[in-house]
Amino acid sequence: MGMTMTQKILASHAGVDKVKPGQLINARLDMVLGNDITTPVAIKEFRKIGADRVFDMEKIAIVLDHFTPNKDIKSAQQVKFIREFAREMGIVNFFDVGQMGVEHALLPEKGLVVPGDVVIGADSHTCTYGALGAFSTGVGSTDMAAAMATGEAWFKVPGAIKFMLKGKPGEWVSGKDIILHIIGMIGVDGALYESMEFTGEGVRHLSMDDRFTIANMAIEAGAKNGIFEVDEKTIEYVKEHSSREYKIFTADEDAEYREVYEVDLSSVKLTVAFPHLPENTRAIDEVGDVKIDQVVIGSCTNGRLEDLRIAAKVMKGKKVHPNVRCIIIPATQKIWKEAMNEGLFDIFIDAGAAVSTPTCGPCLGGHMGILAEGERAVATTNRNFIGRMGHTASEIYLASPAVAAASAIAGRIVSPDKV
Amino acid sequence: MKFEGRVIKYGDNIDTDVIIPARYLSTSDPSELAKHCMEDLDKTFVSRVQKGDILVGGKNFGCGSSREHAPIAIKASGISCVIAKTFARIFYRNAINIGLPILECAEAAEDISEGDHLIVDLSRGEITNVGKNRVYTAIPYPGFMQEIMKANGLIEKIRKEKEEESRK
Repeated sequence: MGMTMTQKILASHAGVDKVKPGQLINARLDMVLGNDITTPVAIKEFRKIGADRVFDMEKIAIVLDHFTPNKDIKSAQQVKFIREFAREMGIVNFFDVGQMGVEHALLPEKGLVVPGDVVIGADSHTCTYGALGAFSTGVGSTDMAAAMATGEAWFKVPGAIKFMLKGKPGEWVSGKDIILHIIGMIGVDGALYESMEFTGEGVRHLSMDDRFTIANMAIEAGAKNGIFEVDEKTIEYVKEHSSREYKIFTADEDAEYREVYEVDLSSVKLTVAFPHLPENTRAIDEVGDVKIDQVVIGSCTNGRLEDLRIAAKVMKGKKVHPNVRCIIIPATQKIWKEAMNEGLFDIFIDAGAAVSTPTCGPCLGGHMGILAEGERAVATTNRNFIGRMGHTASEIYLASPAVAAASAIAGRIVSPDKV
Repeated sequence: MKFEGRVIKYGDNIDTDVIIPARYLSTSDPSELAKHCMEDLDKTFVSRVQKGDILVGGKNFGCGSSREHAPIAIKASGISCVIAKTFARIFYRNAINIGLPILECAEAAEDISEGDHLIVDLSRGEITNVGKNRVYTAIPYPGFMQEIMKANGLIEKIRKEKEEESRK
């Protein structure tokens, strides 16, 4: 029996020829990531090991992105604690305000992940880098601590579900609609403990930004990781962003999959996930009349340049509805500058939207757009759990940048065709 | 390892945002986190939880954010053990790594009711429902994870290994 992409990457990093689903292995790590919420716990655990240095100063990335620029004294204290640790340990890839961006947009942009890598991050959306043909997965702070000391992590080799993508997405349909459609189809635990492997001729119609969005939300189906086949677009992206050597792994023809789904991208509609689970999806024409109070366009899911371009295309020459606050958060400094230089900010600001410095902020109810009781938001983020963006009696509707921007104009959830 | 306690039961897809909302993540102090455990799902949890109580959930328990603050808050609130139909994988890892006992058992998760009195034998993977006079068998931990539990968490295991290495 052959191996999947993920199994091959894991085998190569465990120093063995073959692995099987369910097998426990120790794998060598190419990158270990933490943010300002998970790293403080990891530092305390790291100290308990008694190690006086990290395994590799270049293979740890710490990104202060969640509660930054700091929202209160407590979060400032936490960040100060991390800053001191990063300096003491000589962490090369330490990103503070001014350099930082939303971590999963930042690492690929900085060229810190390339195809064939094994990456763990103390953040559940670490699965984003699967878009590059890497194995990457979210873990907790203790795993991060152990990895900083040893450069290794234990894994249970996952089985896999294959998604054969075919056809070309229709107008306005993006990676966000595709992944919401898939989560709606298989449920929030539909890929529990498994890899989601995305393959098929339809992949070539997806931009890298679309692929990042799709891999990013694999965790929302319970998956261990999401991974894309490497093609010319991947290579082009990697060469543009990194000088590191990469390795392409492809699934064996006789690799075993628990299930194979065929997804015709041409039939995927603009999709919205209703409260309070990402699996509660509805096609845009089944949404009904949902009035909204806030729109957030940003996050590790949809804060990249292409997302902002789409939002600007929808909003150009129009005004945000008087009952709506529209908050736009470019995910990194580089994206920010490019969006500014392209004139996207003129469009947003003329429309009456606010543009923020990079932060995860409102996505997890941290700051920069918290919802009051009874309020509703359309967000391009990844989770619509109870209380995620604020009051427990507020509601989050997950959507693509196109739908979010259109909804900001209309004051209710609509397709971009309607504005 | 044996635990005895009363059941507090919730449904499917209990996410880590409701276990410990992000607004409390500016601290990692277990006793501070415990004060807000389950707050966005059940405001009565903190006042009614007693030391040794056993948390029972449905499928996909602990889904969402990787925050280790979630199992830390549960452990610090006094919960001795979590039983669920299935666990989200990051929560599962985190619980093992910090030494919060968890058991995956669909039959138990379905049959057990709020307030039931349970005895859990972790090494045998056995859950006894005293009131209902039933015994459920959970999937036992793989050997590797038992080693982590035995060492009282991943960090302690690595520390000991490092110590042994330096002695050689």
